[in-house]
Amino acid sequence: MMISPYYYQLLVIASINAIMALSLNLVTGCAGQLSLGHAAFMGIGAYTAGILTSVYDVPFAVSLIAGGAVAALAGLIVGLPTLRLKGDYLAIATLGFGEIIRVAILNMGITGGPFGLRGISKHTNLALAATAAVLVYWTMTRLMNSRFGRALTAIREDEVAAVAMGIDVTRCKVLAFVISAAWAGVAGGLFAHWFRYLHPSSFAFAASVEILSMVVLGGMGSLEGPVIGAVVLTYAPELLRGVSDFVSRHRMLFYGALLVIMMLVRPQGLVGAGVKGLRAARLSKFQGFGRLQSSKLGQWIAAAMEKVHWKGSTGSDDSCVVNEHVSGLAIGPGTGSTGTGVGRGGGEENAGS
Amino acid sequence: MPVLELREVSKSFGGITAVREVSLSVNPGDILGLIGPNGAGKTTLFNLVTGIYSPSSGEILLDGRNLAALQPHQITNSGLARTFQNIRIFGQMSVLENVMIGRHCRTRSGILGAILGMPGVKKEEKETRERCLELLDFVGLDVDPDEKASNLSYGQQRQLEIARALATDPELLLLDEPAAGMNLQETKEITSLIKRIRDAGKTILLIEHDMRMVMGTADRVAVLDHGTKIAEGSPKEVQRDPAVIKAYLGDEANVVA
Repeated sequence: MMISPYYYQLLVIASINAIMALSLNLVTGCAGQLSLGHAAFMGIGAYTAGILTSVYDVPFAVSLIAGGAVAALAGLIVGLPTLRLKGDYLAIATLGFGEIIRVAILNMGITGGPFGLRGISKHTNLALAATAAVLVYWTMTRLMNSRFGRALTAIREDEVAAVAMGIDVTRCKVLAFVISAAWAGVAGGLFAHWFRYLHPSSFAFAASVEILSMVVLGGMGSLEGPVIGAVVLTYAPELLRGVSDFVSRHRMLFYGALLVIMMLVRPQGLVGAGVKGLRAARLSKFQGFGRLQSSKLGQWIAAAMEKVHWKGSTGSDDSCVVNEHVSGLAIGPGTGSTGTGVGRGGGEENAGS
Repeated sequence: MPVLELREVSKSFGGITAVREVSLSVNPGDILGLIGPNGAGKTTLFNLVTGIYSPSSGEILLDGRNLAALQPHQITNSGLARTFQNIRIFGQMSVLENVMIGRHCRTRSGILGAILGMPGVKKEEKETRERCLELLDFVGLDVDPDEKASNLSYGQQRQLEIARALATDPELLLLDEPAAGMNLQETKEITSLIKRIRDAGKTILLIEHDMRMVMGTADRVAVLDHGTKIAEGSPKEVQRDPAVIKAYLGDEANVVA
């Protein structure tokens, strides 16, 4: 079967995004812990794998596993202290972690700093990316229907009661975090060997938020939701291209508006009512999301997201379609005004000083 | 040896002493009722025993082991389970899943085993399921086990909470106002359930507001007032105790004041 390179590339990215969304869903959707630094784990995996193959000639497969392992280790180091925090505090802590990683990559020699990491060879293909996504989906299905998955759900539902039932809450959360980080790291490795070029801005706050939007849009806590969210949000900006000239030029604006409308109309996510019974109810009543929506932080994120998407529409018409989508949402000076220094403009300033 | 022993336990928050030098022991197979007017320190005592608070002074021993060094989830592992005054079930999980959570600390299946679908994991899962269905039967909760827990009636949720607590295989069961908000019929049912649990060999510490229920259920009753234990004995003795009557109804001096 022939498929145009354009769609081939979109499918690869959709697969990588699906891995990211599924892995974040374990922590945020299933266990109810809001993490805003998920892209950093992807970055750690991407740079680890990319450096291993390009600088040290390590076999690709080994580099993927190493990327996952290093990201998992980072997840453990970050998770141990921060997962004792709750709600907004955890969100802020993970956000801080994400920024630390971005700035660290930006200022290290081996990563190429603000020039990015070049010379990675192309090893990722659709078959591999799709297989990895299916594998993650399968792992998550098994996990969520296990003793461990039940414990995570219990923690999300009522942490005090979960403790009273003898669940080691911190251990469970950290484990979920580590598994999630490991998969994000593998996704990063796939990302690195598809684009063959890495830049710290691809793993900045905006990327974390985008992954979170995939999870929320698809439906938190379900397994189909994040996959659907990832596919939809990967394709949406591309679909908008074809509508009309006006829409095409301002598609990132429409894209942002679409997200806002989606959240107003279907806060439970796309698959919310589509799945039967209990699981559907779980989605719609997910309390963490209500908190996220109503909290100061939530409003702030919403504002930041709109800004990011708006900026994306102005600066990136000339760049590669895909790059624009995966990393490009963050592109554009001025997004740094959200206070996190998101975007390439902000990054280079940092490095220059 | 008592299942639970409190030795001169005190707890203060800043300048307020919520529990003052309370000594208490619960013997195996007993139902000990803990009563007292609002603000007497019952819930604080409960939180001390379950490890949510640690005592400012004194010792709490479960089966002779000091609880001070244990984290709350470890206390459950060592044989103490509780229910909550304001029901805390996992609303979005099924009835059966709620009870299965109680088995968490008594089962061992790991993550890898679950991902690979090891036979041992499947077997344990099946056993857990059967055990929990039995427990639902035991507490008399006659609903679809796959029903969402938040759809249950108030009384049923109480039963579910008790089933969930029993699933942890406790030696000592702490019930925090199990009859709160229940009608006469439901109170009767819960009373008979508590007795059945005792007859199954468990020890029970019962905090209750409803005097009639405590008097009809407990083997012994301890009374707290202003953080101090003012009386302990059989229900009959306690009911006649002037200090208890004073704490609950006030005395003449109080009326004048």
